Amino acid sequence: MSALSVKKLHVRFGSVEVLKGIDLAVESGEFIVLVGPSGCGKSTLLSIIAGLERATEGQIDIGGYEVTNVPPKDRDIAMVFQTYALYPAMSVRGNITFGMECRGVARGERDQSVDRVAKLLQIESLLDRKPSQLSGGQRQRVAMGRALVRNPALFLFDEPLSNLDAKLRVEMRMEIKRLHQRLGTTMVYVTHDQVEAMTLATRIAVMHQGRIQQFADPQTIYDQPANLFVARFMGSPPMNTFGARLQVADGELSAVVGTASGVALRLGRRVENLQEWNGRDVMLGIRPECITQPDAIRPRGFEQQIDACIEMIEPTGAETMALIRFGDHELMARLGPDARPAVGSMVRLSVDMNKTCLFDPVSEERIA
Amino acid sequence: MIDARALAPLRAALGSRIAIYALLLVFALFYLTPMMVVVLNSFRSFEEITRSSVLGFPTALRTDNWVQAWGTYCIAGACSGIKPYMWNSLMIVVPATLLSTLFGAMNGYVLSLWRFRGSNIIFGVITFGVFLPAQMKLVPWAIVLRDMGLSNSISGLVLVHVIQGLAFTTLFCRNYYLNVPQDLIKAAKIDGAGFLQIFWRIILPLSPPILIVTIIWQFTGIWNEFLYGITFSEGSQRPVTAALMALSANIAQAREYGIESAAVLIAALPTLLVYLLGGKYFVRGLTAGAVK
Repeated sequence: MSALSVKKLHVRFGSVEVLKGIDLAVESGEFIVLVGPSGCGKSTLLSIIAGLERATEGQIDIGGYEVTNVPPKDRDIAMVFQTYALYPAMSVRGNITFGMECRGVARGERDQSVDRVAKLLQIESLLDRKPSQLSGGQRQRVAMGRALVRNPALFLFDEPLSNLDAKLRVEMRMEIKRLHQRLGTTMVYVTHDQVEAMTLATRIAVMHQGRIQQFADPQTIYDQPANLFVARFMGSPPMNTFGARLQVADGELSAVVGTASGVALRLGRRVENLQEWNGRDVMLGIRPECITQPDAIRPRGFEQQIDACIEMIEPTGAETMALIRFGDHELMARLGPDARPAVGSMVRLSVDMNKTCLFDPVSEERIA
Repeated sequence: MIDARALAPLRAALGSRIAIYALLLVFALFYLTPMMVVVLNSFRSFEEITRSSVLGFPTALRTDNWVQAWGTYCIAGACSGIKPYMWNSLMIVVPATLLSTLFGAMNGYVLSLWRFRGSNIIFGVITFGVFLPAQMKLVPWAIVLRDMGLSNSISGLVLVHVIQGLAFTTLFCRNYYLNVPQDLIKAAKIDGAGFLQIFWRIILPLSPPILIVTIIWQFTGIWNEFLYGITFSEGSQRPVTAALMALSANIAQAREYGIESAAVLIAALPTLLVYLLGGKYFVRGLTAGAVK
């Protein structure tokens, strides 16, 4: 049974169409992340699922029941907000029990629920404090406690970690993941941070300009992005994309980079259905970790060597990112942590062509 | 070591400081003198004032005038001082303040957090009421009160002050509630709270700063209000501001300046106390945000 299904959702505010036909089917127990740049419509989609806003067209089902016109309190959902949205005049205990009071839950049961949730999130010592007396991380935990206590069928998270500092963000991310493993409740999580998306999700929906660009598990999104937008958005630093010409030579497919004769990079794959692309321009997508020092390529990789000029290096401690110039293009490469090539020097690098992606330059869809 | 060149700017600063304080002192004297005259006269007996002049120091601090003004002086036929009129004022001010504050808070809540089509226009129209001169509304109110049968009653005055106060209280409360984050309302909706529940449980507990502002504003405004007070009341129903008018219009006997002074001071006391005790909360409330 699907925990959440969104069918043909259109949302228009006046003349602006914010969501242009969203279809989503989420199975029970999944952790879905809606990711995309600002303005792509992910927060609007979450609000529609929560019932805080109305759709212009379309249908929402939660737990098998249609809830398109049902108010938020009857949808069996709970939501955690970016700004925590804790009630300032109530204590932590009051914040957590407010929803139960509104529903008429008995006192004894309320206290039991609070204790259970407080133990789970380790906020027992904070129960009598006011939100203004808590730190950011504590407030976020109280907000999660308020959501947990409802035992909902669907958890909704609206960029809950955006207001936290980097270290706290990593900790809370792991706590959320642990919570999901422990409870198994379906979760829908909105973020603009693709690292959060990759680490937390069972499936990611990448959104752009009101449409879902790709809806798949993290590995597929990373290795086989559906189009150029997904390829460039996911992965940090982003995938290198540049133009090349496909050519068949000696029964093997090559991508020729640069003008005139250029540099031919053999793709090393049997790609029969690309015959029609012979001689045409494509966009080549190579991730930075696929361009590295010659001795660092994985054994299963298909290696091609290139000569490039180092423009800039960025040592991060765990690795050294290098901005290189290859022909007319500037690419990011990932070198070992101790590599310190001189700026302006020519180096020989290896490219793993196994993981390259080819995109149609006009439609921006992936062709291989 | 201090040398002469460093002293020169200091001396100039000192000089301008003295000039400023001297000027302030002159203005203070200018403004305080009438009040001093009233205070001093309230302790002087009738004979003292008539013998010398209105300006002078009391020979002894006697409370006769105060006692008479409060309980025994005759105003327009009734000889019970201004006590009953103080009571009338209280009966007008307290309900009017509480009701206009409550409705203003409600209005502010709706207009800031439950936006609907035309809410900005409605807010504009309500705020417009702040700028309407009182004299302009006198005749319309006379007609309305007459049609409702509340022409010369305390209830009529309460109605007038509640409606008139709504303009201010809505303005203050709505601008205050704009600072409440929308996420708070969303979270409450998901928790299952309805319109009124959100108001009572979440918004009102956040409101003390602005409620104090509206209460102080309304209390002092309505207590000191004269035009409507004297137009829409008569006889024993008058508020104290109107009664003071009647007190000093006594043509049957000589002017008892001492008692009049005492009466004026008694009438001014409540608002004075409100500002003395609540003044700092007033300023704090105007500059406070709703949620830290």
